Amino acid sequence: MAITYTSGEQVEVYRFSLPATILIPLIAVFLQAWLPLRFHFFTIFDLPLLVVIGFATARRNPLAGLVTGGLIGILQDALTHQPIGLYGISKTVVGFGASSLGIKLDVENAGARFLLTIFFYVVHEVVYFMIARGLVGLRMAWSWPHELLSGVANALLGVLVFMLLDRVKHRT
Amino acid sequence: MESVLGRYRNLIVLVGVLFAQVLGLAVQVRRTTDSEPTRLIRVWAVGTITPLEKTLVWTQTTSRNIWHNYFYLRGVRAENRSLKAQIERMSLEQVRISQDADQARRLQALLAFKEQFISKTMAAQVIGSSGSELSRSVYIDKGEHDGIKPDMAVITADGVVGKVLRVYGSTSLVLLIDDQTSGVGAILDKTRLQGILRGTPSGEVMLEKVMSDETVPAGELVLTSGGDGIFPKGLLVGRVTKVSPGSELFLNIRVRPAADLSRLEEVLVVTKIDERQAEPDRTGATRAIDILAERLPTVPPKPETAEKGATPGAVAPGAGAPGAGAPKTGATTTGVPATATPKTVAPTTGPTTTGARATAAPTTTGSPAKPKAAPPAASASSGVPAAKKTASPGSSSGTGSGTSLATSATATGTPAVKAAPKPVKAAAQTQPQPKPQPAVQDSPH
Repeated sequence: MAITYTSGEQVEVYRFSLPATILIPLIAVFLQAWLPLRFHFFTIFDLPLLVVIGFATARRNPLAGLVTGGLIGILQDALTHQPIGLYGISKTVVGFGASSLGIKLDVENAGARFLLTIFFYVVHEVVYFMIARGLVGLRMAWSWPHELLSGVANALLGVLVFMLLDRVKHRT
Repeated sequence: MESVLGRYRNLIVLVGVLFAQVLGLAVQVRRTTDSEPTRLIRVWAVGTITPLEKTLVWTQTTSRNIWHNYFYLRGVRAENRSLKAQIERMSLEQVRISQDADQARRLQALLAFKEQFISKTMAAQVIGSSGSELSRSVYIDKGEHDGIKPDMAVITADGVVGKVLRVYGSTSLVLLIDDQTSGVGAILDKTRLQGILRGTPSGEVMLEKVMSDETVPAGELVLTSGGDGIFPKGLLVGRVTKVSPGSELFLNIRVRPAADLSRLEEVLVVTKIDERQAEPDRTGATRAIDILAERLPTVPPKPETAEKGATPGAVAPGAGAPGAGAPKTGATTTGVPATATPKTVAPTTGPTTTGARATAAPTTTGSPAKPKAAPPAASASSGVPAAKKTASPGSSSGTGSGTSLATSATATGTPAVKAAPKPVKAAAQTQPQPKPQPAVQDSPH
């Protein structure tokens, strides 16, 4: 699980086909909305976030990362009754950060992906918490054990999701 | 300058995108009401995601129904027998409850209370959720096209679920009662303390605004108070699980919702609530013993009660005449051949004639009526062939009060028809014979 520091020339940049770019986030948002009805424990997962991280680390383009993160987040926001932008802002930050980090680090192996996902999950939750509490005025409680446990669960699922994404990405 | 912009291009774009989103967020937060139309982006998102959910739920439900309704029918007969027995028990229970309800209505009428009744509901399938722990809401497969409107109450057989928050074309967003932005006016069942039911960020449901000097026992039921104008009064919300002193002057009362909010499949949307003045039921109550009596093979005669109700003088002149039947029974005389139909209807308190269908009170005994054991009302039109009558005219007094049995005599316009397929059981035996009147025994045809 080595996270090796690589130069920009050494890293490989991938792209996704247009159908994959559109359908994968839609399927992720759909499953995120549908699965908790059948499996209540699924609410601790954030499948769209995993897709954002997966796309961002594969493309390694900060602009593409932030745009993808922002759009997926807004789509997720639109299904809730909270103001639009909570997930949008959080995932914009994560998309930008993951793609920027993807340039610097080799994130092709499972261990690196696992740690990266935990890190960005916590970043996502922190940003969300700050906006929801500071800007929107929602009552929220922060619990480190809960967030870390959720981070680990999401990281485990993330490793599987990234393996699936590897199958549909193409080298540029 | 250009090199600086080029070097920090990504960061500048990031800041720009974040700024735009924060600005948008601020505009939305500034809104104080939800009366503004739904954002287009929500319509697009819901329009994209919910058809997939609907299709999936439909496929799942259909396959499950096919399996359960056509293939997996093991134990259905035993269950059917059990359910029938349960219906019998519940019928008796219902009679008792209806008497209580009638008494309550009378008292409410005295106090000029206004009652709220759920007069119309619509069943809906839960097709999806918001997918967020901080937005506890679900989507249902009924929307504006089905007559759903915002702020309609959503319930299940177990208890209150939430309210309709947003309505789209064919779907609606339902805010659950465990969401932190929801609020339900609630009242405790026994102590009658009122409060506001709210969700917490962790998904618990708390009853707020109950003063700390009150005593609230764990296990007490929580009902809707009707004060919020959304939920009708008296719906079950949940049960108190824990009470602890809270901050300031109020108690922390934790409530477990009666409806399982994490496993919702079908819900009912209350589409219409009637509010009307309470009025006592004037039709008279059926007693449990009446229902029991229906099931008895025979009923022992009660001559003493029959004597009270049977008024010989009530027999109209000419009652004994062949073909005349038993007039003055409230039957409609239409000048056409009549059919004496010994159909037992709901007990009434007197002879009532409504159009062609007449309700007679043949034997007013003051005792519990026995619908099947009563003589059929004999009604006919004078001068025309009458129907077969098995009761004596003397039994058709139609006077008196109290619980009386009504049998309907219907003028059907058909020639004399054989009547009384189930003639007289016990009540016929109870009929006194004050005057020796010839029993009308018309031929069937």
